[in-house]
Amino acid sequence: MTEQAPVAETQNPTEHALGALQARFGDAVQLDNRDGYTGLIVAPEKLVEVAQAVRDQLGYDYLTSATAVDYLGKGDHLEMVYHVCRTEGGSPLVLKAQTPRDQATLPSLTGVWPAANFQEREAWDLMGIRFEGHPNLKRILLWEGFAGHPLRKDWHEAYYEEEHKPYDSRWPEGKPFRAEAFNPYGKNVQYPADFDPAAYEELAEKAIYEDVPLGVSVRHDLASERVVVSLGPQHPSTHGVFRMVVSLDGETIQALEPVFGYLHRNHEKIGERNTFLGNMPYTDRLDYICSLSNNFGYAEAVERLLATGRRWQAPTRRAEAIRVLMGELTRVLNHLFAIGFLLNDLGAYFTPMMYSLVERELILDFFEAVTGSRMMCNYFRFGGVAYDLPETMRTTAALMNDRVRDFNTMAYLDELINERLPRAIDQADEFLTQNEIVTNRCIGVGVLPKEDAIALGAGGPVLRASGVPYDVRRAEPYSLYPELEFDVAVRYHGDIYDRYLIRIDEMRQSIRILKQILGILRETEGQPFFAGTPKYNVRVPAGEAYGRVENPKGELGFYVVSDGGQNPWRYHVRSPSFINLGALETMTKGHKVADVVAILGSIDIVLGEVDR
Amino acid sequence: MSQNNGNGNNHHDDFLQELHNPDVPVPENMRSAVAVTSFTKLLDSIYNWGRRNSIWPMAFGLACCAIEMIATAASRFDQARFGMEVIRASPRQADLMLVSGTVTKKMIVPIVRLYNQMPEPKYVLAMGACAIGGGPFKEGYNVVSGIDKYIPVDVYVPGCPPTPQALLHGLIMLQKKIDRQSLGNPNSTPWYGRGPGDEVPLPVLGPDVFDPRQVHVLGRQAKAAQAAADAPEAEDTTA
Ligand code: SF4
Repeated sequence: MTEQAPVAETQNPTEHALGALQARFGDAVQLDNRDGYTGLIVAPEKLVEVAQAVRDQLGYDYLTSATAVDYLGKGDHLEMVYHVCRTEGGSPLVLKAQTPRDQATLPSLTGVWPAANFQEREAWDLMGIRFEGHPNLKRILLWEGFAGHPLRKDWHEAYYEEEHKPYDSRWPEGKPFRAEAFNPYGKNVQYPADFDPAAYEELAEKAIYEDVPLGVSVRHDLASERVVVSLGPQHPSTHGVFRMVVSLDGETIQALEPVFGYLHRNHEKIGERNTFLGNMPYTDRLDYICSLSNNFGYAEAVERLLATGRRWQAPTRRAEAIRVLMGELTRVLNHLFAIGFLLNDLGAYFTPMMYSLVERELILDFFEAVTGSRMMCNYFRFGGVAYDLPETMRTTAALMNDRVRDFNTMAYLDELINERLPRAIDQADEFLTQNEIVTNRCIGVGVLPKEDAIALGAGGPVLRASGVPYDVRRAEPYSLYPELEFDVAVRYHGDIYDRYLIRIDEMRQSIRILKQILGILRETEGQPFFAGTPKYNVRVPAGEAYGRVENPKGELGFYVVSDGGQNPWRYHVRSPSFINLGALETMTKGHKVADVVAILGSIDIVLGEVDR
Repeated sequence: MSQNNGNGNNHHDDFLQELHNPDVPVPENMRSAVAVTSFTKLLDSIYNWGRRNSIWPMAFGLACCAIEMIATAASRFDQARFGMEVIRASPRQADLMLVSGTVTKKMIVPIVRLYNQMPEPKYVLAMGACAIGGGPFKEGYNVVSGIDKYIPVDVYVPGCPPTPQALLHGLIMLQKKIDRQSLGNPNSTPWYGRGPGDEVPLPVLGPDVFDPRQVHVLGRQAKAAQAAADAPEAEDTTA
């Protein structure tokens, strides 16, 4: 069940949209003509109307990313940036709206694109922009009561040293120091001066339960009491530290509110202090199951900026081949993992997982041999990759069974791609697809209709299982994908079962890609894996870029703003898991509490990426 | 024990020798069968042997390190070899909390609560740079620089993430630690002391997270810090 998605159009979307919108809204829509910027600046009063026109007349039905930038000292305003796409494909249209830093307020776009819901809450939480008309404008990653909006440029964390890395010196005059030494509390905390802990009343928990419906619902036959249950953050089936507050009528879900932030590790704040290259290892830790494809997304974004400069050499063909190899191996690995976890959630405790992990170890051995690390590979560079594939690889796996020997890397890959992985996929297919428990619990459960999937901004397998053949690899092709043969997998029911099946389909497509890549790798043997000379500090031209790749979990986007310095001025991650969770309530409503766990498993989230 | 040629006798002898009190003479030919020891030592050896080989970890994954923890539990590394495969979802049934990942301020509250809910004797293993000291995310405004700022840690396993081999090593170290605990020494087995142990008070999420044990000093410190920040020429305030 596959369908060729239409390939990208060629007309510049911004110019086309500008003409159409200015005809209707006049001066309220302006071209963003700052150096290195694209898109349209919309006057806040007209934002909702313009957005509606963009959606209905121009057909941009899919909001991918919405985020805020603080231009402190560069115009002193906050700017909300929306990237909207068409589900038929093509590059995104960028809309922007500006608001002064004090009293920052903008109209909410949740009415136009419901996908804006969580992302606007995030912008409120971290940047302090109030959204008028937002149904539930509460902090999302931090807790109610937290002091300040940390992504503002003038907000300093407790361990603040300097604006930018590399810091002057961690050992002035030969004496090393640690950040703790300069914090009056000796740990990573700070309080406002008028803070009185003895009189403090905690808001965090109360705010979570504030608008969860409680009370008795009187139906004509029986009166049943509503119960509120908090699932997580410590729960064996929440895939980490995710929490859901569900309101139940008997066993049926009435309302569900996800609670985020238990793994909010401040990627973006740290990322804005890091150098451009220094962020690469941090991207590994976003979706820690797919570190290499996160690298891919970040490299893609920064390379877009670099390409606007003068001395830029695009990655070589071998580099691109290695990148795609890594990306697709990661996809197989992730989907095997996801299926294992889904079965875990259905009650097959750990056994299917064990089988998934066998193949995962083989892939990890390859990663370790090439990049030096099993999980946190830190392997991509702007303009290529860090090392070439080694000729031979000896793995720790080899030390633990009786096949202690060096493998020829290409032979290892050959066996992996042509035999082991297809066999593992077939095995999963054979044992699980027709399994009675799987079919009974998955078919027709957790349905996400096509229209909702698009409106809520769901991405990746979740979107494609609802009948939308949208895949960034085809919608806005990057790297070698235009020349590779593969189909975009699509299924039409939008239930758990289809989300399971689509992963099997996608793995098969990945194998198809990988087989082609093996040929390209042989062809390019010995050619350079990096264009130009590797540099520790890259000069990135001023401007903005939004780079996106099709991660196993959905569209992973990086929005990077550079002011020409060594560090990104703004570094935002559009994480697929986070935005896919926006569809969770739609999927779960009316189902039993036991199904929530399975539905969550079928979305396939990783908390490092959800909370960042 | 490959050097045993499969009969296992060496191990048995070692065990007796360790138990045996060298001050008591035992005839040469009986050394492989008899050990004279104190009652506590005998009891310890049985007690600890049982405990060290049935450590039940809590199913508790925080971040990236948890993935390597899962890999450790799976077939290739197989933590079941150490009697640790019974992973419990409830803290009430768990002996070991594997803090596998970044501890955030928002998460420290449930972690301390879970720790309090675990029955004694309980152990904590801090896995990875993050759990030890904040790791790569140390400067993050929502990151706790090390779980040991709130609860006591028995074993630290460095790495980012530690390989499964490293985690196994850490678990073996924990077994060694258990071996050294003695019923004869109340300091090493405080759970047999009088009354229940003290609970760790739950941190509170205020303008920033705070530990209720420090309530009396925090306000004062906040004022001092503010004063120092307002008067930048008074440089040296690193107390
Ligand atoms: S130590 Fe490294 S791998 Fe472990 S949780 Fe921290 S960042 Fe992730």
